[in-house]
Amino acid sequence: MNLEIPKKLKPLVDQAHVVATEIFRPISRKYDCAEHEYPFELDMLASVMDGMNEGDAGGGAGAGKLRQEKKSGEKSGVRNGTNMATVLGLTELCWGDVGLALTIPRQGLGNAAIAAVANEEQLKRFKGCWASMAISEPGAGSDSAAIRTTAIKDGDHYVLNGEKIFITAGGRSDVVVVWATLDPSAGRAAIKSFAVQKGTPGMQLVRLDHKLGIRASDTATITFTDCRVPKENLLGNPEIDVKAGFGGVMQTFDNTRPVVAAMALGVGRASLERTKELLKERGILGGYERTLFGSTSAEAELYRMEADLEAARLLTIKAAWMADNGIPNSKEASMAKAKAGRAANHITLRCLQLCASVGATETELLEKWARDSKMLDIFEGTQQIQLLIIARRLLGKSSAELR
Amino acid sequence: MSKNPMAASLSMLNRFSGSPLVQKLGIYKSAQKVAHVAVREGFRAGAMVARQWNQAQKLIRPERLATAKNPTDLFDLNVTEEQQMIRDTAQRFAREVLRPAAYAADAACAVPEGFEAQLAELGLASFAVPEALGGAANEASVVTGALVAEDLAHGDVGLALAALAPIGVANALVRWGSADQQAKYLPAFAEGTPPRAAIAIAEPRPLFDPNELRTRATMDGDGFLLKGEKSLVPLAESADLLLIAASLVGKGPRIFIVERGTPGVKVSADPALGARAAGLGRIVLEDVRLPSHAILGEGVDVCDFTELVDLSRIGLCALAVGAAQGVLDYTIQYCNDRKAFGEPISNRQAVAFMIANIGIELESMRLLTQRAASRAEQGLPFHREAYLARVLCMEKGMEIGTNGVQLLGGHGFIKEHPVERWYRDLMALSVMEGGLLL
Repeated sequence: MNLEIPKKLKPLVDQAHVVATEIFRPISRKYDCAEHEYPFELDMLASVMDGMNEGDAGGGAGAGKLRQEKKSGEKSGVRNGTNMATVLGLTELCWGDVGLALTIPRQGLGNAAIAAVANEEQLKRFKGCWASMAISEPGAGSDSAAIRTTAIKDGDHYVLNGEKIFITAGGRSDVVVVWATLDPSAGRAAIKSFAVQKGTPGMQLVRLDHKLGIRASDTATITFTDCRVPKENLLGNPEIDVKAGFGGVMQTFDNTRPVVAAMALGVGRASLERTKELLKERGILGGYERTLFGSTSAEAELYRMEADLEAARLLTIKAAWMADNGIPNSKEASMAKAKAGRAANHITLRCLQLCASVGATETELLEKWARDSKMLDIFEGTQQIQLLIIARRLLGKSSAELR
Repeated sequence: MSKNPMAASLSMLNRFSGSPLVQKLGIYKSAQKVAHVAVREGFRAGAMVARQWNQAQKLIRPERLATAKNPTDLFDLNVTEEQQMIRDTAQRFAREVLRPAAYAADAACAVPEGFEAQLAELGLASFAVPEALGGAANEASVVTGALVAEDLAHGDVGLALAALAPIGVANALVRWGSADQQAKYLPAFAEGTPPRAAIAIAEPRPLFDPNELRTRATMDGDGFLLKGEKSLVPLAESADLLLIAASLVGKGPRIFIVERGTPGVKVSADPALGARAAGLGRIVLEDVRLPSHAILGEGVDVCDFTELVDLSRIGLCALAVGAAQGVLDYTIQYCNDRKAFGEPISNRQAVAFMIANIGIELESMRLLTQRAASRAEQGLPFHREAYLARVLCMEKGMEIGTNGVQLLGGHGFIKEHPVERWYRDLMALSVMEGGLLL
């Protein structure tokens, strides 16, 4: 048993940290203030990341690389692969700025969806695209089985009708992966995902939202009005398979939940590290010397937060490790997301308070992180949705029994 | 030492695998596998010595266990085959011996009759003692220790503590003991009935901090004079051997080896709310005179007190993980069975989310504990990790304990169900220092 990060992944972590320090941090406040302005600084970075992944025989990292490793028949030893690399790299990037990390070209959640469920032909065709993900609707968020956007087969096309909201990078991406139902009366088994190219007639970018945090990342509303999508753009199995049900589309989330957890780890760590630096000036050293109750109240607060963050980190790495080794990790992925989301939010808020007015004003990034972190406990499944998933797994209950 | 290591080894294993307990528990298959591994690794059984602390052999230098090397450098939560075998055995023992005995042992503040004989048959203590001293250990196994502590505590915290406290003393002697101390005390731990022993750190006062010991040792001729008071000491009344933490004037914290019957040592039962089966007691030291060789370790090998406290805390965390797992398993079953308003109460989010949170925080506790253990085992610095594990296990152990009782409502409050015991056990563990050591 070993719970240390392998040396072979250290260069990747270091590189990501350099990007976070040299590219993200200097422009972090700029794009927080200039919401909806395109961070052109990231174009260069995206090319570098593409190049790194192309040349990496080890599987690479990033949204477009996430896949559950197939369990091979023979025992070929433990793997620390793409899922772990992605989680570690992204933690560093989000230590720099989570909003910017969310808007790196060609690293969208749609790319993760394509990687998870697309066939070989589709993988090839959408290679190099920037794909966002459109699930939520005005009347359906967490309850994704209740989406009302329809996709009706018409010859060689599906005709999409509906409205999608909260699309991260929806304004900037080339392709939007849209969840729509083939038959609203057939329940979740009829929900399929479609890769829709920008510029397809009938697809309209309606607005970009103004937000509490992660303002460097655009959040779009897009409508589909008789939007004809080639049938080859349906990702995964086109049949309504009641048995497989939601499995296909939901599989994306088993892969991306640890990724969102990793984002939370980055923001939480940024806040905690900066707070420790600032408190050092006030004589709060935090050397793990006194017992929790023998420490000052500020120190004890730091220790509790650090323990929570460390727990979230290990849960996240565990979930990624399981994915790398072909072990089903739905429960663990949700545990990681739930713990990391709430820990990061709590940490950023408490750090702001510990630093008093220094934490609350815009001279420091603490107040920004405190706004950014809230999103991480919401998207890719809210805290409450994660608890539902975990509880169902632990209790052996169906979604009909535990609703 | 035995003249024929293989023969001695087989004889020792035969004792293990042929014992009625092993047969009864249905762990014969595991026993066979242990036998296979042990013979393959060629472990040797030592000469049997009577429990009288006579030094039966001479060591030229102390026997230290090698730090474990992680062969691949990869993050890996898998346990080895050997660890799995040991876990299987520990889990069955916990399920079939500890859990059924827990209720009575808690009430009696003592281990049940015959407990030590049953324990001895498992031979866990011999895995702490180096081969050269008659045991079966060849490298440090803090992770294995943590896994076993968790598994036994899942049966019962108090009994697990009673079982592991002596092993903790053996671990400390292996880690820091001088050649003479090891030769004198360690062989007994690999014998049929290991001595009763425990590590005493905690002192009876609010805001206790192990870095501010009030038990003091002063130089007295060529020996030491010990004064002070210790609390929450497992097996206190019956211990053959105690490792007592005291502040050596002018030097800082040290560990002193105190044998049963040393004049000035007064021991009394001091039951706490939890871990009662471990026979917790208080020890008063009134001008206890100790010889110079009673200080644990010598020269540069003098006991590293911070490390000792940390290894002990990892052990306490592992026990808390086992108890918390007990709470989770029990509340899942109870809330699925218990009906209210026409359906199982676990169909309600208010109940189900509490269970989900127990699951999350339990896994958090486990991972922090295991990381600290694995760093310790590999010889990496682990003070920060042990500290954070302690903080988390203290906070979340308390939360899980109280929510366990809450989930059973009134039924959680009565002794028909074990959740009230875990509630108490988790609280006792959260304030304990010492007791055991991985």
